[in-house]
Amino acid sequence: MDFYYGLLQIIGMHTILGLSAYIVLLTGQVTLAQAGFFAIGAYIAGMLTVLAGWHLVPSMLVAAVVSGTVACLVGFPALRIKGLMLVVATMAFGEAVRLFWFNFDYQRSKGEALVGPLGGEGFKQIRYFPENGWTTGEVATFVWIWVALIMAALWWIDRSRAGAVLRAVGEDELAAQSVGINLTAVKVTAFAVGGFIAGIGGAIYAHYTTHIEHSNFGVILATFAIAYPILGGLTNVVGTLLAVIFIQGFLVEGLRFLGDWRNLLFGALIVLAMNVRPRGLIDERAMLFLRRMFGLAKRGTNA
Amino acid sequence: MLEVNDIVTAYGKIEALKGVDLAVSQGQVTCLLGPNGAGKTTLMMTIAGILRPKRGSIRFNGQDIAGKPARMIVEQGIVLVPENRLVFRDMTVEENLMAGAFSRSDGKTVQSDLEAMYERFPHLQERSTQYAGTLSGGEQQMLAISRALMARPRLLLMDEPSLGLAPLIVEDIFRIIRELNDEGMTVFVVEQNARMALQVADHFYLIEQGKVVFDGTPGEMEEDEVIKRAYLGKKI
Repeated sequence: MDFYYGLLQIIGMHTILGLSAYIVLLTGQVTLAQAGFFAIGAYIAGMLTVLAGWHLVPSMLVAAVVSGTVACLVGFPALRIKGLMLVVATMAFGEAVRLFWFNFDYQRSKGEALVGPLGGEGFKQIRYFPENGWTTGEVATFVWIWVALIMAALWWIDRSRAGAVLRAVGEDELAAQSVGINLTAVKVTAFAVGGFIAGIGGAIYAHYTTHIEHSNFGVILATFAIAYPILGGLTNVVGTLLAVIFIQGFLVEGLRFLGDWRNLLFGALIVLAMNVRPRGLIDERAMLFLRRMFGLAKRGTNA
Repeated sequence: MLEVNDIVTAYGKIEALKGVDLAVSQGQVTCLLGPNGAGKTTLMMTIAGILRPKRGSIRFNGQDIAGKPARMIVEQGIVLVPENRLVFRDMTVEENLMAGAFSRSDGKTVQSDLEAMYERFPHLQERSTQYAGTLSGGEQQMLAISRALMARPRLLLMDEPSLGLAPLIVEDIFRIIRELNDEGMTVFVVEQNARMALQVADHFYLIEQGKVVFDGTPGEMEEDEVIKRAYLGKKI
């Protein structure tokens, strides 16, 4: 049973990571910075629970605010860069964050042992869950409460005027400006919200693994972050969740029996999925179909 | 209503507008003619606040709006229908129209304006739940115009609304410009099709290489030898 709880936790955390990229992608910005925000959330929350002895939830929120603020600062220079150049710039930022933690030492003695981040050796003993006697089932429930909260919030944003504004910027910046949208505000806000969400994901991740180190937060993780919403489709937050289940649940765990061949098939299946559903697993047509099936007719006039 | 004085707009070191002066009077249709690369679109985008001028002033009802952000200019009542239509292709027709009203906060009148748009453009109502990218070029232009109208402009800027459209559709568009003008809308339109423009415009400007080289009424324009040859295709 613990295996499945563990898998649920992984899927939950990756969904949060994917959703953090989802909102940035909506504005047409492809970002490889999400792993960096995830790392900031992980280290800050870990330090707060381990070194400062805080409760987990306020630690997570503070960590999320910190990474949201950093994301906001990253958002401003990103305004001047588009497309591939933005990918490169955000990737450079993500690597800078990773290398910061690679060089960052801040240890304090707790009882007999020294705890805290120790550069390349990482940050060990983030034992909030075992110390407080949480079972894996409880941790999984905790993770999924956050996933549900974030998905509900993004679903609501998507259906509101704010979502339409984000999409308008993503579709055509010139047209968006000519209907009076403030590009700067929209793009920076998307970055900040994305950073906040990634911070929450990172905070959970740190406490789930109990041991984090810089190499967890490299380009691969950043690539996964954008792969989920792109594979899932940008019409709906549910797409991102489905993509995480597909990748983490089916491709990573489900194909384990294939041994080393798994990684090869893994890539091939993603390529295949994108060819069969070029606009994502849940595209506009799928949405129309679902809406008709549930008799919801058309997207509300006040969307 | 709109006075543009000595506007210089540059892309890097290259000046696309080298000191443009012109004026748009309230209640009139003003037409801007000019060859490719003359700076027509640059001028439109500068007025709309999408590009920042290097110097010069743009006064709208007495207020200087040069260099203000696009959002504030839309709120002031100047709305641009961009070149090449630029509808939001992956949004439905209705979402596009609602996008036009982003700058407004009066929810109830937005709804009645939406219905007014559907009345004016029945085609759009039939296609209200279709994605805008699936519309024909003419329908997309109608959508772009009505999206701009949703912002309740006092001055409508139109950048080559006839670009790439069939002659019958172009006539439709000019009929709409005339209708809007009859209802009191001030329109400033960029147009290459001088013949068509002659039917609706009250005043003409000709811009070449970033400078205004002609300024006059339709009558005066038809007298001008150069314009006659280059834009109206008449032999002299």
